[in-house]
Amino acid sequence: MKKVINIIVLVILVLVAASCDRSKRAPNLQYMPNMYEPVGYETYGANPNFEPGMEERLPVTGTIARGAEFTFEYDASIEGYELAKINLKSPLDLADIDAARSKSLYTIYCASCHGTKGDGQGDLVKNEKFLGVPNYKDRDITEGSIYYVLMYGKNMMGSHSSQLTEEERWQVTAYVQELRNN
Amino acid sequence: MKSAKQKSLISKLAFTSIAFLFLITLNISAQGDAVNGKKLFNMNCAGCHKLDKDLVGPALGGMSDRRENAWLKSWIKDNVAFQKVDSDAKEAAEYSPAAMPAFPQLSDQEIDDIIEYTKPVVAEEMVAGSSTVVVAAAEPQDNTLLYILGAIVFVLILMIFNLYSTVNELKGNAPKRKTIEEQLKSIWRAFAGNKFLHFLLVIFFLLSSAYLGFSYLLQIGVDQGYQPIQPIEFSHKIHSGDNKIDCQYCHSAAKHSKSSGIPPANVCMNCHMNIAEVADGTVIGNHGKEVLNKEIQKLYDAVGWDKDKLAYIEGYEKKPIEWVRIHNLPDFAYFNHSQHVTVAGLKCQKCHGPVEEMDEVYQYSPLTMDWCISCHRETEVDMTENGYYKKIHEQLANKYGVKEVTAAQMGGMECGKCHY
Repeated sequence: MKKVINIIVLVILVLVAASCDRSKRAPNLQYMPNMYEPVGYETYGANPNFEPGMEERLPVTGTIARGAEFTFEYDASIEGYELAKINLKSPLDLADIDAARSKSLYTIYCASCHGTKGDGQGDLVKNEKFLGVPNYKDRDITEGSIYYVLMYGKNMMGSHSSQLTEEERWQVTAYVQELRNN
Repeated sequence: MKSAKQKSLISKLAFTSIAFLFLITLNISAQGDAVNGKKLFNMNCAGCHKLDKDLVGPALGGMSDRRENAWLKSWIKDNVAFQKVDSDAKEAAEYSPAAMPAFPQLSDQEIDDIIEYTKPVVAEEMVAGSSTVVVAAAEPQDNTLLYILGAIVFVLILMIFNLYSTVNELKGNAPKRKTIEEQLKSIWRAFAGNKFLHFLLVIFFLLSSAYLGFSYLLQIGVDQGYQPIQPIEFSHKIHSGDNKIDCQYCHSAAKHSKSSGIPPANVCMNCHMNIAEVADGTVIGNHGKEVLNKEIQKLYDAVGWDKDKLAYIEGYEKKPIEWVRIHNLPDFAYFNHSQHVTVAGLKCQKCHGPVEEMDEVYQYSPLTMDWCISCHRETEVDMTENGYYKKIHEQLANKYGVKEVTAAQMGGMECGKCHY
């Protein structure tokens, strides 16, 4: 009888040991942690000196990004949109438009919803995750209003200004115009 | 008496159901085609309107009960022009600061189709019809029960053997044999006398302990397979696998910077302003829709989004989402994402593995120096359309006597490139 109990205890122990794989949840040992761990604060790390405890900071209001040409002077309102639609013009001339790059940027940042052809039939629309994405050709838009919407978003579309630089936004604008005209 | 009552009940039921069916068919045949209406609604209206909930614009379910058909048509076709002639329309425009665009491309028939789709009965039926298909699709698989059952069966078999041998011994049927002590003694005597066996054993012991020792030492500091628990149960499989969102949509810093970037929460909100719930039938591990909806709520709690009012809460104290970093190079090794993503044009999967298949991300590659260098040795650099450096590239190819220069030959193996 004792033997049987021993066997049962052993089996349970083995099961318990096999079920808790702590190893993959925690990082491994290191030889010399003070050579592995950075001394300075890491970009996406924690920093107790700033509220709310992260190293990353928002730029001061009115900061102009390096390489950007001007501050964006249209505000987020219907009037701002209408003004941008009429007045805002692309600083890129034909020679500056990089066809391959503008297409690849469009494919990464827009095509999920707007579709590779700009017809509003992206994968997210086909999967019924995001609905009501219009065909570019059905809408009365200009390069100014396209850029404005990339900056501020419109209706259920959010701003994409944090993912694209100023120059890239104009490249994407150029590609959207190309899709509209074809 | 009883049967008469039952009969009247049955006939009543039959009559109402027939009347109901008739009503539905009448509805569909008289007005518009709800299926086409759904398609048009999803394409043109659903960006700002839902059927049962206010979005940018008001909920449109049952709009034909609230407004006349002709009014709706004029409004949809060109609401700005309509506002000038209709005071009701002017009032309706004050619903939201966002102006509704005109839809001159929709015909009268198409608008009728959309109106048909927004009728509560029709929409519910179509939703019910589609959801039954979804529910049948995915059933979560859980093997734990199977393992436990297997273990129980194993223990039972052992017990049966044990019982069997005890019963045999009690019966006195056990065969005469040497006791275990005697057996062990004879084996020991044979072993003690064999010098060659001693020698072999010592060699074997030394080699195997050296092997075990070195393999233990070599895996220190290597985190392959590391899979920490993240603050939000975010599934890369759903986002980049099922919905095919490009890696760089969220990790947009990878193209320009050293770090590939943890997407800021405003990038999540680009989609999740609209998507407050996971789709029916979504399963991650053991967690179904109810648990996963709370995971999306964690995002809203971090940024202060009110999902019912569809607006950011004013004066909300935002909290960072503390993701746990998985891929971590030691501080003495420099790595730059833009060099690999933009310049070399590598796919993310080359180093990070099939992330689009992972519900929970783990470290796929060992990230050891050997791993870096073997890739640099194998990878041939794409020199096409790089006229500026043409001469240098040719000289390099001549120096090494090769046609295609590898990353290592370009300097991808100099110590100072990564350690400085």
